[in-house]
Amino acid sequence: MPGTLVLATTENAGLTRNTLEVLAGGIKLKALLGEPVGAAILGRELSAHVPLLFAYGADQVYRAEHPLLERYQGDAYASVMHQICQRAQPSMVLLAGDSIGRELGPRLAHGLKAGFVADFVDFDLDAVSGQLQFTRQTYGGKAMAVVQPKAFPVVATAKLRTMEPPTKEEGQTGEEIRVEVTLEASKLKTRVLEKVQEEIAGVKLEDAKIVVSGGRGLRGPEGFKILEQLAQVLKGAVGASRAATDSGWVPPSWQVGQTGKSVSPDLYLAFGISGATQHVAGISGAKNIVAINTDPEAPIYKVAQLGVVGDWKAVATKLIESCKELTGR
Amino acid sequence: MPLNIIVCIKQIIDPEIPASQFKIDPGTKRQVQGSHSLVISAYDQNAIEVAVQLKEKHGGKVTAISVGPATAVTALKSALSMGGDEAILVNDPLFGSQDQQGIAHVLAKTIQKVGGFDLILTGCVSGDWGDRAVPAFMSEELGVGFVSFVSRIESKDGQVVLRRVVEDGYELIEAKVPVLASIISDETNTPRYPKLKDIMAAGKKMIPVWKAGDLGLDPDRLGAGAARVAITDVYIPTKESKCEMIEGDTPEEQAVKLAARLRELKLI
Repeated sequence: MPGTLVLATTENAGLTRNTLEVLAGGIKLKALLGEPVGAAILGRELSAHVPLLFAYGADQVYRAEHPLLERYQGDAYASVMHQICQRAQPSMVLLAGDSIGRELGPRLAHGLKAGFVADFVDFDLDAVSGQLQFTRQTYGGKAMAVVQPKAFPVVATAKLRTMEPPTKEEGQTGEEIRVEVTLEASKLKTRVLEKVQEEIAGVKLEDAKIVVSGGRGLRGPEGFKILEQLAQVLKGAVGASRAATDSGWVPPSWQVGQTGKSVSPDLYLAFGISGATQHVAGISGAKNIVAINTDPEAPIYKVAQLGVVGDWKAVATKLIESCKELTGR
Repeated sequence: MPLNIIVCIKQIIDPEIPASQFKIDPGTKRQVQGSHSLVISAYDQNAIEVAVQLKEKHGGKVTAISVGPATAVTALKSALSMGGDEAILVNDPLFGSQDQQGIAHVLAKTIQKVGGFDLILTGCVSGDWGDRAVPAFMSEELGVGFVSFVSRIESKDGQVVLRRVVEDGYELIEAKVPVLASIISDETNTPRYPKLKDIMAAGKKMIPVWKAGDLGLDPDRLGAGAARVAITDVYIPTKESKCEMIEGDTPEEQAVKLAARLRELKLI
């Protein structure tokens, strides 16, 4: 029976938030078309995740276990996902718009001769034709595009943090399907030698309710120490613009923007960030943006709700003090 | 080992124009160029830089290719001035209605015609449409290994090690050549400014133009009918954003007011 197939991924022995977001997408399509939601999960030892996937709304779980699937490897995942799609015959394959989905999605679409839609923010049925259609940002967020798939299944990646995770219903069950995996290490064209994981001090950037970000205006890595203090007081995370990560002031994983992370905090504080298109594309989900910059003409003020024109360092330093007083931290 | 590197670049309308000057043509559903300048999509410049650095270290050749309008010759000349050896423009009115998978087919056929490649590099995302999909489609068309979001490449004895940037750090990935990588920026691949003499030399170089008929394309993959997705609308969202400015005689005074306002809005 056709339906949605989502790719589930895990971290720290649990499902990722990204997985819950794509499950929400599957549940939404089910509400529109009445088709079931399948989840594919790939890894080494996955039994603990299956009931969780049912609890979050999966009707079927395709469970593929193999030592070569322990972590994401492009060729191995592409091959097994292709195999699962052939068996499940989904009408839509939904992946998170993260470093896995963005790489895997087009590869899978090619193999399935499917349409591909990248980083959608929403989908619905066209009011006139009843056709499935996706809305996505384009031109760095300056425009929205409506894309209709012409070849099914359609493979789509969901822009992160645009869908709310579904509610968890304990005890909900479904059908578990074990997938026979045959993979040979020698057939894989690429091999992960090592993963270097960065230590994160506080809350994860993509999950933070408050993000304190710095850009070119900080003029060096030292400024980020001040932003880290402010983030600590506000229980938030620190982000950066591409100018700051490309200068090597902070690691690339701190980058917010088109090539960095999409964030949707309640509060985004942008210090010394001019608001280049590529940065603004990553903060379109932020509920409140505060811009602190010396240049009153900076484009960041066009997207901000609150603005301060002035020296970022003096503002940030005093803001730490004021926030401490107000929050009692 | 010398490396034969192909870099795919795209010429786009300067993405950093003010939002107020950004227009969409309701007929073609594409951005109106107007008087705005054309540039090489940002990450494609990082890809050129990575290619030229590898050539400087290991020897070999860098060929830049672009599928696009006749104006894309200027983008290719920039690539040559940055250290590219050869450039090819692929230009045919037939390509105007290709979707991303169709464009990837054209690029793959072009690369096969160039031949003898070890590495194929692209930017990781284009500054206009920006769906990050063409490099992956190309790797499938060509049947070569693929690694996305790569900031650095080391080469040794027919193997390359690619640093792939992921959300919480990076992976080191080993691949045999040929391999295709989409390039993301970091402090090691900031595009160089070409020297005047290199700009002059690039200006004199001939750039061949290849047409659809030169590439041995699959006729089933050409045109709007072959497209697997259709863009039915592109529009500029209306934004009601008004920025409330926090005034004050000193930055400290502004900071105190800002904190109070954020508290009032229950944001802190």
